Amino acid sequence: MQAYIARRLIALLPTLFFASLIVFVSMRLIPGDVIDLMLAQNDIATSQDRARIESALGLDQPLLSQYVSWVGGVLQGDLGRSLWQNTPVTEQLKASLPITFELGFLALIIALTVAIPIGIYSAMRQDTPGDYIARSFSLLMLAIPSFWLGTLVMVFPSVWWRWSPPLEYVPFFEDPIANLNHMLVPAILLGLSMSAVTMRMTRTMMLEVLRQDYVRTARAKGLSENMMVFRHALRNGLIPVVTLIGLQVPLLIGGAVILEQIFVVPGMGLLLLEAVFQRDYPVISGIFLVVGLGVLLINLLIDLSYGFLDPKVRHQ
Amino acid sequence: MALLEIDNLSVSFRTDAGRVHAVNNINLHVDPGETLAVVGESGSGKSVTALAILDLLGEAGRIDNGSIQLEGDNLVQFSEADMQRVRGDRISMIFQEPMTSLNPVIPVGKQVAEPLVLHRGASWPDALAAAEDLLKQVAIPDPEGRLDEYPHQLSGGMRQRVMIAMALACSPKLIIADEPTTALDVTVQAQILALLKELTVETGAALILITHDLGVVARYADRVAVMYGGRIMETAPAREIYGNPQHPYTRGLMSSIPDLSGPIADRLPTIEGQPPDLANPPPGCPFAPRCPHVSTACNDGVPPFEWLTPTHGRACVGHE
Ligand SMILES: Nc1ncnc2c1ncn2[C@@H]1O[C@H](COP(=O)(O)OP(=O)(O)OP(=O)(O)O)[C@@H](O)[C@H]1O
Ligand SMILES: [Mg+2]
Repeated sequence: MQAYIARRLIALLPTLFFASLIVFVSMRLIPGDVIDLMLAQNDIATSQDRARIESALGLDQPLLSQYVSWVGGVLQGDLGRSLWQNTPVTEQLKASLPITFELGFLALIIALTVAIPIGIYSAMRQDTPGDYIARSFSLLMLAIPSFWLGTLVMVFPSVWWRWSPPLEYVPFFEDPIANLNHMLVPAILLGLSMSAVTMRMTRTMMLEVLRQDYVRTARAKGLSENMMVFRHALRNGLIPVVTLIGLQVPLLIGGAVILEQIFVVPGMGLLLLEAVFQRDYPVISGIFLVVGLGVLLINLLIDLSYGFLDPKVRHQ
Repeated sequence: MALLEIDNLSVSFRTDAGRVHAVNNINLHVDPGETLAVVGESGSGKSVTALAILDLLGEAGRIDNGSIQLEGDNLVQFSEADMQRVRGDRISMIFQEPMTSLNPVIPVGKQVAEPLVLHRGASWPDALAAAEDLLKQVAIPDPEGRLDEYPHQLSGGMRQRVMIAMALACSPKLIIADEPTTALDVTVQAQILALLKELTVETGAALILITHDLGVVARYADRVAVMYGGRIMETAPAREIYGNPQHPYTRGLMSSIPDLSGPIADRLPTIEGQPPDLANPPPGCPFAPRCPHVSTACNDGVPPFEWLTPTHGRACVGHE
């Protein structure tokens, strides 16, 4: 098992390498460069200034050597410094990553507690009004972009009830209540959009499982419908749903970028957006590297959990 | 008194093509401890009859009329909760596909033990200990080691033994085995059937054995019911079915008794023609279109079931 995990971890390296290469190069292909942006903030802009800043930031080097020195730094745990703030990227990530993690984690919990019970219900009551309502709701959640829903939540309650969601971030360990107060609305929006796919998948998988011969065996033993579902059907049905959760992690992060912006959550999404606007290459590269690593690790974790859920995989 | 008495039972299914009348006005009884074989070609309603007894017809199926008496209780009147107490306790069922009939993510010991927890209120450790004995009873080697194994670790024959152990767990009065060996190798088939028969004799359980295989019938059955088009065409003690078949359909089956050494495809009974469309059943005898002795009387309504002797009956208007 340990050898297997080690092999899988080593297999991640090429993926990470290519991902970082693509990000590193493509960032620099975006029109408008960071020096122009910096110079535009000062009135005095001569070509000497330009050359001076460029060399100070190391941007005068050929792209390849920039990349090599960046990779060299990464291998030593140094992601470089922000071009604008001159703070180490690792420090910026350390501050923002846990916040996004919290948002994503809350969203995931919300998504699963909504999606799985409704998905099971929908499958057990296939083609009843309850099933139709659940499916319509999930279609709706699939169709509505969360930024639009986010905007609605910002605007309408304040018009109707003069209430708007709190927009001030408080660290969780300082004041958990205030923290959750702030995080809950974006987490719910993110969770709902994620629950749509999970719910449909749960329903489909449960319907599939409920047709299986071993479900008939369970009924023939005298199990009640509920016992049959919880003891015999659910575990079989949820195995594919777990994979789906892994596949949704990138979407979750994408959603977080937008919702952090709307609800002023100082997480990685907000950091990324600012960095992209400012062409702050090291910050962008650092974020992508961490996100990429995170996605790969989560999917690895999910593959490993298969062994726990599915005895066939365990014995291979 | 009969253990199980089915009286005038009809079952139909809702389908896109309309109502399918899968079982029509059948009468059947099973005495305590006896083995009744139910034979007939594919689609004749054997499985539906079995599922109707346990009320496992699913969403689309429904019992249209008739009664099913188990030791005097009419199961048709039972609520779902009452039926749950019958299933796996007084009547248990063994299905055709041992490969897919066991839950892939639950150890076999737990699956065998479950009916005891459910119906006898046994604790899991006690039930697992009993499951070990049951696995021993069905001649699974190293029963203790097998308790924690998963179905995919067992061969088809072993899995069917597990299914039998599970069916025996609560010492049911009646076991229904729906083509329990069709999916297995020929050599394994014989072992499993011999085991099943031996265990029913040992425990005094009655057995309804659904099968295509008339060789099986000859060896293991006390009585036989021949089904066709959702009806019972003939019933008789097993020896009489062979020596003195009274229905043209039964005779057709007999004459097509296969050469057991031949390849599988040649061993299935074949009679010219197609089985009836159960969504639009013919007005008369369902076998009439394929019957070599068909007369005009055959299409004047469904032939009534008549007893020729106290134990031998048929549904046929022919006189030869
Ligand atoms: N759930 C269902 N929905 C619709 N029709 C059904 C359903 N189950 C069975 N039937 C129909 O009932 C008829 C009898 O089926 P049944 O399964 O009892 O046949 P069988 O005698 O067991 O055949 P086999 O030897 O192939 O198992 C068939 O025509 C079948 O199409
Ligand atoms: Mg069948």
